[in-house]
Amino acid sequence: MGLTGLEIFKQLPKKNCKECGQPTCLAFAMQLAAGKASLDACPYVSDAAREALDAASAPPVALVKIGAGEKAFQIGNETVLFRHDKRFEHPTGIAIQVSDTEDVKAKVEKINKLVFDRVGQVHEVNMVAVANDSGDAAKFADAVKTAQDNTAYPLLLISGDAGAMEKALEIAGANKPVVYAADANNYEAMVALAKKYEAPLVVKGSDLNNLADLVEKVVALGYKNLILDSGARELSKVVADQTQIRRQALKLFRPFGYPTIAFANNDDPIMESMYASTYVAKYAGIVVMNSAEPQHILPVITLRLNVYTDPQKPIAVESKIYELLNPGPDAPVLVTTNFSLSYFCVAGDTEASRVPAYIIPVDTDGISVLTAWAAGKFTPETIADTVKKLGILEKVNHNSIIIPGGVAVLSGKTAELLGCEVIVGPRESAGIPSFFKQRWLNK
Amino acid sequence: MAVTIAKERWTSKVAEMTLGPKGLKVGGESTLPFLHFEGEMPNRPVTALEVFDMEPQDWPDILKEPFADVLNDPVAWAKKVVEYGADMVALRLMSAHPDWKDASADEVAKTAKAVAEAIDVPLIVLGCGVEEKDGQILPVVAEALEGKKCLIGCATADNYKSITAAVNGYGHSVIASSPLDINLCKQLNILITEMGLPLDRIAFDPLVGALGYGIEYAYSIMERARMGALTGDKMLATPIVCFVGMEAWKAKEAKDPDVPEWGPQADRAILWETTTATTFAIAGGTIFILRHPESMKRFNAFIDEAMKPNAY
Ligand code: B12
Ligand code: SF4
Repeated sequence: MGLTGLEIFKQLPKKNCKECGQPTCLAFAMQLAAGKASLDACPYVSDAAREALDAASAPPVALVKIGAGEKAFQIGNETVLFRHDKRFEHPTGIAIQVSDTEDVKAKVEKINKLVFDRVGQVHEVNMVAVANDSGDAAKFADAVKTAQDNTAYPLLLISGDAGAMEKALEIAGANKPVVYAADANNYEAMVALAKKYEAPLVVKGSDLNNLADLVEKVVALGYKNLILDSGARELSKVVADQTQIRRQALKLFRPFGYPTIAFANNDDPIMESMYASTYVAKYAGIVVMNSAEPQHILPVITLRLNVYTDPQKPIAVESKIYELLNPGPDAPVLVTTNFSLSYFCVAGDTEASRVPAYIIPVDTDGISVLTAWAAGKFTPETIADTVKKLGILEKVNHNSIIIPGGVAVLSGKTAELLGCEVIVGPRESAGIPSFFKQRWLNK
Repeated sequence: MAVTIAKERWTSKVAEMTLGPKGLKVGGESTLPFLHFEGEMPNRPVTALEVFDMEPQDWPDILKEPFADVLNDPVAWAKKVVEYGADMVALRLMSAHPDWKDASADEVAKTAKAVAEAIDVPLIVLGCGVEEKDGQILPVVAEALEGKKCLIGCATADNYKSITAAVNGYGHSVIASSPLDINLCKQLNILITEMGLPLDRIAFDPLVGALGYGIEYAYSIMERARMGALTGDKMLATPIVCFVGMEAWKAKEAKDPDVPEWGPQADRAILWETTTATTFAIAGGTIFILRHPESMKRFNAFIDEAMKPNAY
């Protein structure tokens, strides 16, 4: 992003008239560079300078908003090549493709069900891509209408025919679908359509050079709400192109300063799923797949959650008493850590057991049971403190707690500190249902 | 408009390790994973399938099925692994675990030797995971396997001395294992090289987590280690071992046969293992220790594609 103060200074009028509130143009330039002033404060900057400075201060990867309403989402605004350098900002949008030659309603209904609960959050796919495989504008329009009537997800409209796109946009344009795609042959018409509906437009090249060319032409027509497709479809080419586009964007090569779309579509759904996961990790703003089967989508969604987690901030839950299935005084008390994943593993498996229970996550700064134990944060002392602070033993009539099997060694000391029974549970939370059956309900 | 392709000028590369009777080569890359346009990946990532020296206790049915007739016979099991097309066999000496059979060093060494004799691919030998016990048994195993150029592990900060000395003496390579911390990993590599084992006979294991279970930590550590290796940090420039099968098959998504909203178990379980593997492959993993033959087949199909040239 940042231009230096001196680079900005070169573009200013150098009148030193102080009207911007700064003593000199140079001082004003320094304020601008630090992001503490706005160019509007100087009445004398030329249009040319304004354009140059605006462009230079734009983020390396533009932010693009997709769709309208509650399922709208954003992609872009990325600032790094590696998540450990800072973090990835906007999770890849997952689009599932339906063809205008198939039963659109049936597939869209399947897509609507691709919603998964994970670490207490809802994770889902983000778009329905409608492809004009029939080559028939009326059929495409019908398919788009059916899709729109049956889903709240934003649409991705796939047709190289500007006439067909026009008809589709008459139906769906108000909801800001993604227009796919402007290529060398149709870009003028596609830009006009995208502009009319203020819809994001994919620019599709045949290779990187051709893509850069086309982007410049599209920008010259005054449209910048763009997404990039280098045209590559083979795994190794896509990985290379995605890497290049991100690298170039971070070097402020402007034609590549937009989020990307990658197509994982493959007749073999396992291959497709692996490709899609790879593109999620390798910079795609949107990834397109054919399969609407949960077993093929869940891995992609899970990897997206993992890769887009902020490396500085593990996802944590609050340390408090969680009541599952209305527990009474005879319900078991399970102790875990406040790492979301640990808590939700335990909560999920406890719910599956149908046994009402209390769960007490100890605040370990959001790290897992064994990690926290190794780091000295999940200890007899921290467990005892939490149990006392939350007053959980006053709520139950059995004076006992259950700890994870992985930290069995903590049981003796914890029992001593609390004056209660400390039961060692199974190592994996998946063992909780049978543990309850064998060890708790017969107690 | 001609785009000036952005190529990094890496100054260094990952050490190349040679294993087994036929000299399987591993590592040696001079670029980040699959960026063939700016460097070389002279060897593709390699796979091994695990063989236990006693019947595994906690494997789900779907995982036992491909080995149903050999689960009690490590030699036959290893041969089957080779038939399935694995580049290597990874023998896990579970029976030495004090909680299982607490088998002696001589007993497990005998099994390891029998397995090594029965196959012509490189053998990876893994201890039972109890550091103290592994420190006792692995030197004896290394001696029994003299000349076989095996990969032996895991050596940790607590037991590396006895294991490294034997690995060095009998001509093997070692897996150095440290928990998810780039400095610990480097530190252990330094300690091991200080005992005289050359870098091209060390592979490191960052203790990976499965997809959905902490995969992002290992992913970033691998990326950082690869950047380090390519920019001249020799102590990070060793091949990376990924215990994918062991981790992925702990996940509920792989193990649970009956969660309708996740779809049928078959594809889901295989994808849990393969996606864990492919994710590490694009981060810099080199040696993939898997469990299910179908996952291995899928992973290899993915690697075939990823290894295709992409020069500009
Ligand atoms: C990811 C990870 C990390 C991440 C932490 C991520 C996080 N937010 O927790 C990072 C990189 C930060 C990390 C650091 C360290 N780690 Co670490 N880490 C792991 C790893 C790979 C996965 C942990 C994980 O997330 N598991 C998933 C969660 C859900 O598991 P869980 O909390 O244990 O919960 C399960 C069970 O315990 C059970 N359960 C949970 N609660 C309850 C409650 C009841 C009642 C019951 C019955 C069951 C139950 O159910 C859950 C699902 O089965 C493991 C190795 C592995 N593959 O497991 C090592 C591991 C935990 N780490 C380890 C170590 C040593 C460390 C460090 C101390 C290394 C170091 N010296 O720097 C540091 C300490 C960090 C610090 N100082 O803050 C060791 C611990 C060894 C030991 N047994 O003592 C492990 C086991 C690796 C190893 N094999 O050596 N680590
Ligand atoms: S208003 Fe413009 S010209 Fe006047 S001092 Fe400020 S920057 Fe310079």
